[in-house]
Amino acid sequence: MTSAVASASRPRAGTLPIAGLGAIDCDVHPRSPRRQDLAPYVTDYWREIFTTREIDHLEMSGYPETLRPNRPAPEAGNADAASLAKGLLDPLKLDAAILNVASGVHAIFDPYLAQVICQATNRWLAAEWLDRDPRLRASLVVPFQHPEAAVAEIEAYAKDHRFVQIMAIVMSDNPLGQRRFWPIYEAAAKHGFALNIHAGNTYRHAPTQSGFNSYLVEDFVHQTQGFANQVGSLVAEGVLGKFPEMKVVLSESGVTWMPSLMWRMSKDWRGVRIEVPWVKEMPSLLMRQQVRMTLQPFDGPADPAQAARAIAHLGGDEMLLFSSDYPHDHRIDVAYWPANLPEELAAKAARENALATYPRLEV
Amino acid sequence: MNEMTREVDLANANKVKLVDCDIHPAMKSRDEMTKFMPLRWREHVRDFGIRTASPLYGAMPYPRITPGNGMRRDAWPPAGGPPASDVAFLQEQLLDGLGIDYGILQALGPGGATFNQGLGAAISSAMNDWQVEKWLEADKRLRGSICVSQEDPDAAVAEIEARAQDKRFVQIAITPRMLEPAGRKRYWPIYEVAEHYNLPISMHSAAYGTRANTGTGWTSFYLEEHFAFSNASQTAITSMVFEGVFERFRNLKLVVVEGGFAWLPPLGWRMDREWERMREEVPHVVRAPSEQIRDHVWLTTQPMEEPEVNRDLYDILNWMGDDKLMFATDYPHWDFDHPEYAFKVPLDPALKHAILAGNACKLYGLE
Repeated sequence: MTSAVASASRPRAGTLPIAGLGAIDCDVHPRSPRRQDLAPYVTDYWREIFTTREIDHLEMSGYPETLRPNRPAPEAGNADAASLAKGLLDPLKLDAAILNVASGVHAIFDPYLAQVICQATNRWLAAEWLDRDPRLRASLVVPFQHPEAAVAEIEAYAKDHRFVQIMAIVMSDNPLGQRRFWPIYEAAAKHGFALNIHAGNTYRHAPTQSGFNSYLVEDFVHQTQGFANQVGSLVAEGVLGKFPEMKVVLSESGVTWMPSLMWRMSKDWRGVRIEVPWVKEMPSLLMRQQVRMTLQPFDGPADPAQAARAIAHLGGDEMLLFSSDYPHDHRIDVAYWPANLPEELAAKAARENALATYPRLEV
Repeated sequence: MNEMTREVDLANANKVKLVDCDIHPAMKSRDEMTKFMPLRWREHVRDFGIRTASPLYGAMPYPRITPGNGMRRDAWPPAGGPPASDVAFLQEQLLDGLGIDYGILQALGPGGATFNQGLGAAISSAMNDWQVEKWLEADKRLRGSICVSQEDPDAAVAEIEARAQDKRFVQIAITPRMLEPAGRKRYWPIYEVAEHYNLPISMHSAAYGTRANTGTGWTSFYLEEHFAFSNASQTAITSMVFEGVFERFRNLKLVVVEGGFAWLPPLGWRMDREWERMREEVPHVVRAPSEQIRDHVWLTTQPMEEPEVNRDLYDILNWMGDDKLMFATDYPHWDFDHPEYAFKVPLDPALKHAILAGNACKLYGLE
């Protein structure tokens, strides 16, 4: 097997600088808001609830941000819009960057608490980040725990095009294709939002068919399965065909696992399509038309020529979106294109593909 | 594969041309198996059944597409009974029909999945007696897999010890959908005895397990469940790598059966990358995950990968290495693979022989 770990001295970033590409970074993380950040945007009732019930620090055990490997390097800045500009947007000369709040808001059980924290988080994003830097965009956090409230939140932001997609966590309560979520997609599609499925785990279920893992590194490997399962669900339940204009963006998904899913689902569909007669097109075609993947972390082999083969199996490089995953620590220089990622992809992935993915994105 | 090995393989080709690594023998009735169980467990089965975490008792939670819970429509024996339950017809249709030199049985039973672990051990033992009596005694081409109930490792080890001297059993069969990830220490006694007797561990895709079939809950459809079968095998490999099973048992061999294989190289790349970022969390892991896979993991071919562009299969085969894939038909299931039609691209003759026979001969010591 071709190893990704060719040697300890493997260069961790290539020579192609991102700066100059007019890049759109599709996965950037602001710090997660605390109680004092959200307080201005909630009612007195909720302010008191936040205090008496100790609702403040919200972080997923299944995707911790304050622990390795996500813990930002000390010099990385994501405390506010100014430090993010200084740490990422200015040096990379980004045209736009999309903020993803991967906090514990997605894992809250109480649907009304989830609703109010989503609302407050979006207001905080708009006031403290989007208003302060015209290059910033964001994913709208919506309570999948409470689909009616999620629809209302989408409607509330329909006119604010700085929110370009809605956000879900890849491993959560139920497969995302299921009908209970369709009102959310209907509203999102109506207003041109993409559906962003981001890495993470709300631990509603064991991350594997054999229970919980011992190590975080295993959880990170298993994110891939979660993404495959969600794409499978969106295909099988008919969501991709029903909302053909809505792109599905997989954030921190990796890339090279996707062809085997496309092939497997297409083959199985040829054999068992009587089970899902509403799926009219080959699953691989549906995926190529609507599913997009961010490039960090890139899970290709060390040799760029072999990595190019793995990417060619997708049948279309329009599926790839540039991302830095800043400030999560990938031990590579985010200013440079990853060493094993073919440089020919850069122009499309860094800009063109993002523009085609996000109808709400105006740059 | 170096030139010397190629020559040896080609010389061997005259003798063994085809090994089928995944045949599912069936029973005409459950009495064929339960007759080997002690009275206490026969009565238990009669009165309390064999219950698993499957939500529907005695029916598939995700109904299959063809009669017999997903059987080939032409595999029903003329003499009656379900597909693969009639020795003579299996010989005629499969072994003689395809010219199979060796066929390895995967006797799928609920021994590893039933809640009652004493019952599970009794079922596993009876499944092994049944394999011997009905199949291994009847046809010299057939080889067995030792069924064990992995959740009671002491019972599993005892069962392996009891069968190890019968060389017609060539591996140990464990469900990949175990209660805990496969690398956990509770299962290490099984790996220790497997390594001791040089018996590979085979993990066959399983329709039954205790946990949700995805990390985001139960799927709605068989279309989704079917590819998620391979997720359980990926979990087993990941867990065995990161828990250090292959570091401790350097000669342990794992065979992943009926899960496809195109996912393996990307899994290795992903594991390597995350290991590089987090290796301080798992200091006991010395070799890169992809290197552990290369040294310890084999896969069977069915269900064959069918890339959209046929020749892309060459990349997958190149990344896998020549010596890790072993042909399987999955007879009598609906998605059966035929040795001449399964590959949609022409293969180099030496590689084709390795996949159809050579790799299995080497792994299982068949001649």
